[in-house]
Amino acid sequence: MQYLVSVIDDTAGLATPDEQAAIDVFNDRLKAEGHWVFAGGLAAPSSATVIDNRGEEAMFTDGPFLESKEYLAGFWIMDAPDLDVALKLAAEGSKACNRKIEVRPFR
Amino acid sequence: MSVADVREGITQAHHEEWARVVASLTRRFGDLDVAEEAAAEAFATAVERWPADGVPPNPGAWLTTTANRKAIDRIRRENKHDNKRKEAQLLYDDDPPEPPSAIDDERLRLIFTCCHPALAMETRVALTLRMVAGLTVPEIARAFLVQETTMGRRITRAKAKIKAARIPYRVPSAEDLPARASGVLAVLFLVFNEGYLATGPDTDPVRHDLTAEAIRLTRLIRALMPQDGEVAGLLALMLLTEARRTARVSASGELVTLDEQDRGAWDAALIAEGHRLVRERLAAGVAPGRYQILAAISAVHTSARDVRATDWSQVVALYDQLVRLDPSPIIALNRAIAVAELDGPEVALAAVDRLEHRLAGYHAYHATRADLLRRLGRSQKSRAAYDKAIELAGNTAETAYLTRRRDQLG
Repeated sequence: MQYLVSVIDDTAGLATPDEQAAIDVFNDRLKAEGHWVFAGGLAAPSSATVIDNRGEEAMFTDGPFLESKEYLAGFWIMDAPDLDVALKLAAEGSKACNRKIEVRPFR
Repeated sequence: MSVADVREGITQAHHEEWARVVASLTRRFGDLDVAEEAAAEAFATAVERWPADGVPPNPGAWLTTTANRKAIDRIRRENKHDNKRKEAQLLYDDDPPEPPSAIDDERLRLIFTCCHPALAMETRVALTLRMVAGLTVPEIARAFLVQETTMGRRITRAKAKIKAARIPYRVPSAEDLPARASGVLAVLFLVFNEGYLATGPDTDPVRHDLTAEAIRLTRLIRALMPQDGEVAGLLALMLLTEARRTARVSASGELVTLDEQDRGAWDAALIAEGHRLVRERLAAGVAPGRYQILAAISAVHTSARDVRATDWSQVVALYDQLVRLDPSPIIALNRAIAVAELDGPEVALAAVDRLEHRLAGYHAYHATRADLLRRLGRSQKSRAAYDKAIELAGNTAETAYLTRRRDQLG
């Protein structure tokens, strides 16, 4: 079972060196214990472009699809047998990156 | 077998077997929704068949077998074109089937799943009442004063989340148990309180089905964690409260306050059991949590021959201890009620008035003020406070009591 573990941020700052170091340790553990699928940090929401090609021609819009105070700053995709395991990992991930986290299952 | 016997048999089977049927089907099919629907269908079949065929010798086995067939029928119907998925679903739980002696374990699994911390508190309560206690959606909606459709959606959404996010169906590991149990206790306490002081103009003032179910489930948790102080504390608190249930509402449906209750009508066996648990916790010598302190307060009240013999300094001391753990205004309000007996209504009123900005919307705040003002002979202010309390109270017996008290003011 895979879970999308999103990092929710409301500050403009990137991870500090200490936070990055803690994230690296956490990632190593995810890999060692077989929970790692993928992870990455994202550039600022203002760097996003929204594309809509449902009509005649593709429309490009500058900026994120949703303007909000809180935004997606990065994510993990984790493999876990059930939500209890996923929540435990996410709690440690939140501690490591020092940010709020959302856990959502893949279908 | 008479019609009455059959009806009694069905009611009893529902009370004793509902959770077991839901639990064993959830284990087998890994799906609460399938389990709930199949259990409901099995009971509906019993209502149809038992009057003609008689109550079977083992109603639980009959219901489980019938529900299993209903569940398999449904899964076959739904997965006609996707047999692989059906197999996967049927194999989701690969533990061997439980022996009948493990019925309590089944129920526990169900409780921990329904009270999972990834679900909102109100959802946990609703789900526990539906899946474990077997209340219908309209009954739960009525108990919590929400629309049936809203309650139905809440339960449906919760079942979908449990399935989609794969909330596990098991009793947590020993290491997680204390934290998870405390979430379960909070749910059971809410269920108990709703039963003890039921809300709604068309509801019985005391819903024995809810208080009894909360006690039964707390006993199960206690069997799982006999050393846990808060589990023992909550069970003691419920027993000592339940012991006073029949004395608490008069024949005319009016609330009878502690000082006016017929103490001879209290249930001596429940009180003895509650006191035993409180003593056991005192002997443990571990700092008590909130349920244990509340139970100790209840034990002081139920130890007194009458209200004058109550050891109020002990009650206030226990409230002081509770305030340190939980500085909520409701605890402070209850402390003030005890202070009135120890230091007089004037001192208590000053303490109560300090809570106004936090409790102005709470009926008990106004009811307490009204009573203190009445005892101080300040009738006009007392009347206004009773008016406000009556306006905010949701329990029929309480409204009747407050109205009489107000109308007796000089």
